[in-house]
Amino acid sequence: MAAKAGMTMAERILARAAGRARVKPGEFVTAKVDLVMANDAQFPQSCKALEDIGLKKVFDPDRIVVVIDHWVPANTPMVAEMHRGIRAQVKELGIRHFYDAGVGIEHKVIPEKGHALPGQLIVGSDSHSTTYGALGAASTGIGLTELAYVMYTGKLWFQVPPTIRFNLTGRLARGVSPKDLMLALLARHTTQVAQYKSVEFGGPAAAAMDMEGRLTLANISSEMGAKFSMFAADATTLAYLHARTEAPVHAFGPEDDAEYEAVHGIDCSTVEPQVAAPHKPDNVKNVSEFASVRVDQAFIGSCTNAHAGDLQRAAAIMKGRKVAAGTRFLVIPASHEVMVEAMKNGSLAVLVEAGAMVGTPGCGPCAGGSTGVLGPGETGIASTNRNFKGRGGSTESFLYLASPETVAASAIEGRIADPRKYLPGGMQ
Amino acid sequence: MSLVVRGRAWKFGDDINTDYMAPGFVKNQPWELVKKAILHVHPGFTAGFRPGDVIVAGENFGCGSSREAAPANLKRLEVGCVVAESFGRIFLRNSIAIAFPVLICKGISRAFEEGEQLELDFDRSLVKNLTRGTELAGTPLPPELVRIVAAGGMMQLLKQEAAAAAR
Repeated sequence: MAAKAGMTMAERILARAAGRARVKPGEFVTAKVDLVMANDAQFPQSCKALEDIGLKKVFDPDRIVVVIDHWVPANTPMVAEMHRGIRAQVKELGIRHFYDAGVGIEHKVIPEKGHALPGQLIVGSDSHSTTYGALGAASTGIGLTELAYVMYTGKLWFQVPPTIRFNLTGRLARGVSPKDLMLALLARHTTQVAQYKSVEFGGPAAAAMDMEGRLTLANISSEMGAKFSMFAADATTLAYLHARTEAPVHAFGPEDDAEYEAVHGIDCSTVEPQVAAPHKPDNVKNVSEFASVRVDQAFIGSCTNAHAGDLQRAAAIMKGRKVAAGTRFLVIPASHEVMVEAMKNGSLAVLVEAGAMVGTPGCGPCAGGSTGVLGPGETGIASTNRNFKGRGGSTESFLYLASPETVAASAIEGRIADPRKYLPGGMQ
Repeated sequence: MSLVVRGRAWKFGDDINTDYMAPGFVKNQPWELVKKAILHVHPGFTAGFRPGDVIVAGENFGCGSSREAAPANLKRLEVGCVVAESFGRIFLRNSIAIAFPVLICKGISRAFEEGEQLELDFDRSLVKNLTRGTELAGTPLPPELVRIVAAGGMMQLLKQEAAAAAR
């Protein structure tokens, strides 16, 4: 090993945040966080945990963003009361960056509103907080007690993770999208490949990928066990952020001679539409293996795959077609901004005309919180991230995970279908 | 501090996710209902679990959602500890934060059959199979984290820190 190997993105960020010149994998550090994301799933209990020990302030109200998204709009009086509590709580604590029900899913809203920046250390009260790594941040999920601790102190312990790198080459074929790429990686490397580790995506296909694709990959890296999942912040990142924040933003990446625990490569052009069968995200095969599986519900939504481009590609497949009789088609845009864009570019009209039910921007039934859950014996296909038994409804239901394109094609046929045959101009 | 846990082992495989410990479908339901849903993927666990029993698991125990209700439910059910080949990282953090004893221990799955008696010496990261008379060393937690558990969790630690800062 070289005496002075360079640092990966995770190491650079943790070293800075811990006030150190350099850090090495395995070391424990106490680091100052740049941003804290809190949601309706944990923020109220965290506030209560602080109050229980007599504390009623936060380290920096401007570094905390609160989003209501897991149960929107409120579906029970208890949830409505909990949401009321959050509105009062953020006012009392002086938290200005508060996004109420309907603005969207936290992992879409935080990037959209320009809160997550390259080189930052971010924690969020949700496992998919890895998403902000799409912007070059080291971002990860925590629970409610740690959320309470970090909201008060602004710091938290971290073990410096080793980094594994995925070099992406080639181009995804038409009808194949970043979700398929991640499912293919899960099929090869399993849900444990990035356990306690940081992931960096690099190579020409990562550099060429748009921000929505990066958000999808960084998001669902959580299913690989990733602590962080990052793309270098480049021209694409800066262009995305310049439209969304006044804060100074700079390119950020690993040092040239950074040391990786492992480097894996994948040629994107070889990836076919992928489907994860119940009840694990790495239970993955090519879509053709599932052609006989009938679906009661097809759902495009969640923090993983409900971007404007996702809806647009789904609409291109649905255009002039109808949802199969006996199948329900549910579409929940990731945010209000996405919904407006989908209205303006016509994709929402196509989806609704095809027979889609459209829901309020938010998490929807992904974690079983809002309407659209599956009943006993039912089978669903969704563009979401987890197909654990009972997560999105009954423990006797079956959920398949796929790209928005595959979900759309499956809605048309009422069974799991290859989206490529519905592409405008055919499979070529 | 000296934390020693003894109990009868329930065995779980790989990738037991937090949805299975705190299912969405019993969120905000009375504890009596929640209790019956915890680790519903193991036939017999709900009916057979006795307070003080412990869990022996494979790789990636507690993967998935960040919900702290997962270890908190196990703690409230009075699961003595979880010893696993490896943990989902947020579950591990959450367990430490609420002072619920967990230990990473390679080879643990093969070292126990369901129903055998386990003893965990948390401070020394040692696991004994009392039924077989065998012993296995786990991965020691660093002193920073042992300190959190010894304090009774992160909120207790914060209470101490805030009090010290106020003096």
